Amino acid sequence: MRFHLTSEQVAIQDAVKGTLGECWGMERLHAFADGEADFDADSWQALMALGVGGLALPEAEGGAGWGLLDAALVCEMVGAAAAPGPVIGQIVTALALAACTNPNTRALLPGVASGETVATLALDSNLVQSARSAQLFLTDDGAGGLQLIEAGDGVEIEAVSATDRSRPVSRVAFGTVTAHPLFAAGDPMVQRVRDAALVLIAADALGGAQHCTDLSVDYAKTREQFGQPIGRFQGLKHQLAHMALDVEPARALVWYAAYAWDAGLDDASRAAAQAKAHLCEVYTRTTRAAIAAHGGIGYTWEYGLNYWFRRSVLNRAWLGSPAQHRARAAELAGW
Amino acid sequence: MDLSYGAAAEEFRSEVRAFLAAQWQPGERRGGELKDYVRDFRRKGVEAGYLYRAIPRAYGGSEQPVDVIKAQVIREEFGRARAPMELGGNGVNMTVPTLLERGTQEQKDLFIRKTIEGEYIWGQGYSEPGSGSDLASVRTKAELSADGTKWIVNGQKIWTSQGMQSTHMFMLVRTEPEAPKHDGITYLLLDLNQPGVTRRPIRQMTGEEGDHTFCEFFFDNAEAPVSWQVGERGQGWYVSRTTLKHERASIGSADGLGNQFRKLVELAKEMGRIDDPLVRDRLGEIEGRVLSHRYSSFRLFSCAAAGDDPGPIQLMMKLLLTEIGHDMALLAQDLIGEQGLTEPAGAGARGYRGPRGPNKWLDQIMGSLGNSIAGGASNIQRNIIGERGLGLPRDLAMSGEK
Repeated sequence: MRFHLTSEQVAIQDAVKGTLGECWGMERLHAFADGEADFDADSWQALMALGVGGLALPEAEGGAGWGLLDAALVCEMVGAAAAPGPVIGQIVTALALAACTNPNTRALLPGVASGETVATLALDSNLVQSARSAQLFLTDDGAGGLQLIEAGDGVEIEAVSATDRSRPVSRVAFGTVTAHPLFAAGDPMVQRVRDAALVLIAADALGGAQHCTDLSVDYAKTREQFGQPIGRFQGLKHQLAHMALDVEPARALVWYAAYAWDAGLDDASRAAAQAKAHLCEVYTRTTRAAIAAHGGIGYTWEYGLNYWFRRSVLNRAWLGSPAQHRARAAELAGW
Repeated sequence: MDLSYGAAAEEFRSEVRAFLAAQWQPGERRGGELKDYVRDFRRKGVEAGYLYRAIPRAYGGSEQPVDVIKAQVIREEFGRARAPMELGGNGVNMTVPTLLERGTQEQKDLFIRKTIEGEYIWGQGYSEPGSGSDLASVRTKAELSADGTKWIVNGQKIWTSQGMQSTHMFMLVRTEPEAPKHDGITYLLLDLNQPGVTRRPIRQMTGEEGDHTFCEFFFDNAEAPVSWQVGERGQGWYVSRTTLKHERASIGSADGLGNQFRKLVELAKEMGRIDDPLVRDRLGEIEGRVLSHRYSSFRLFSCAAAGDDPGPIQLMMKLLLTEIGHDMALLAQDLIGEQGLTEPAGAGARGYRGPRGPNKWLDQIMGSLGNSIAGGASNIQRNIIGERGLGLPRDLAMSGEK
């Protein structure tokens, strides 16, 4: 029986946090947010050098032999740092390729696992992260299956002014393209790939929400008004306690959803739906509460809380709203 | 992550199952016969090392090394067989651990065995009409008798569970009125069956006013031997902080909430509302929090088994439970609609109440409010999370608290 992190898992999180701390500080985030790029090669290479692309792959596939849970722990740190790049798309694509039986498609795996080939999700929406930099797009095949589309001919990309400045989207249209089949309609992997993405989005939301809570608590300890650190006032103290009460118990929901996916439990899909729905609600509430807790400084561009708020907007809408996933979870529960 | 308990635990499970198959066969026994059978069964459970594991053999326990996984397997198997486990209540949960840690030999000999065998039932004497969240302000006073052998107690205690049944009370009394408030309190045990003690049930907002509800107690020169004082005179506040967490972590600690949620889904079906998208959405939202609570209880259990510190999550479980209870109450109220305009048969009393309709949810709708108050009010929980969990500076009014 084990339902908390091992020291190795804590070490993975520390490594990702440390790496992003070095290459993705607030200055870089500000510069990226005001720039035109939809991808940052330095932070991407730093993450991929840690083996993030292949973390959840079996060792036989050149991966680390860990699981979706460990990938979720990485995405949590990516969310906390508001790091750029299609990290979730990359990990999900690697998992899909590792389970794919088509040898021609599988040939794409080494490039994705190493991070040399950048893969992004183009599911259920034509607004796609890092579309101008990705070489592969994971999409539905129009018949209920999944496929990978290569960047290039037939892929039209239109730049847009993206709300989420740390993971800018572009508008993508697919014409006559080079496609690699992954899973045909009816293959259980179609849902498993989607479930993995939902769990990782929930993990990113968890990391972002925790970061916003931490920032708010730190600020409340140092900011003084009426001659006191404002965190001494019960009104704010209770708001901060409620932020923590929203975020900390939800951590175990993410762990369970990832564990259920790894272990192939019967309720894995339902757990993924609940994790996505619940954590995106938590993220929305927490980013709003964090800005309120900070007061004026939180409303400025300079302070940067808005980047996490903007990520929460993307996470919430990505692959279906909380209400849609609650409806799915209810169906899956058999109510 | 791995939610299985491991091979050693499964081997132990077979052993517990064999014990239960051989020893728990109550058959058609009823009344006094059943009571005797249960008492004998509990003794066998102690002999086998399954019950009262934290209590030394000298006082009627089975004195087992701490093992939360074994304790969990025992709970699961006894539950499955519907076999009686340890007695609950304040005596077993609070008096006995406190005496084991802080009691004198005489106190242990006098009280522990009779408490775990159910002969002594303990009421808690902490809250007073003027001392709720500010517990250390208790004013019920105790003074030494002229010959120095007895404490003479005067004052009032309130919100004592099981008060009508209680034979004894563990209480906080002020013995040093001049000392700072935390340092003038003594922890005292008292026999409740004496002329100086009057008890009265409190009628609650639910209408509940029976033998099993909360009581208030009035002390008018009630007496306790000085040897029934636990710990040093004036150190009672610190004695009351004694909390033994021996095998306290339980993976099923969230099962009650999960069962209540399932009943809420059943209620939605019964009321013909389960296909209403608004109802489904609210149920889904509540379930997200119910599952977070459930898996967090797994996390706490896992940390306890490994001896790791779970961090602030352990400070949040009570408030989380309370808040989810409120959400369920609000949805239940909408679901029962006009059915809530009449009270169910036997409302406000315990025991058999006859067939009850959807309006039985009135108990939960009102009872959930009790959770905001009992065992540390919600605003106190928020302070604890903020100050101990997040490290925020202490409230100035409470900065003398310990």
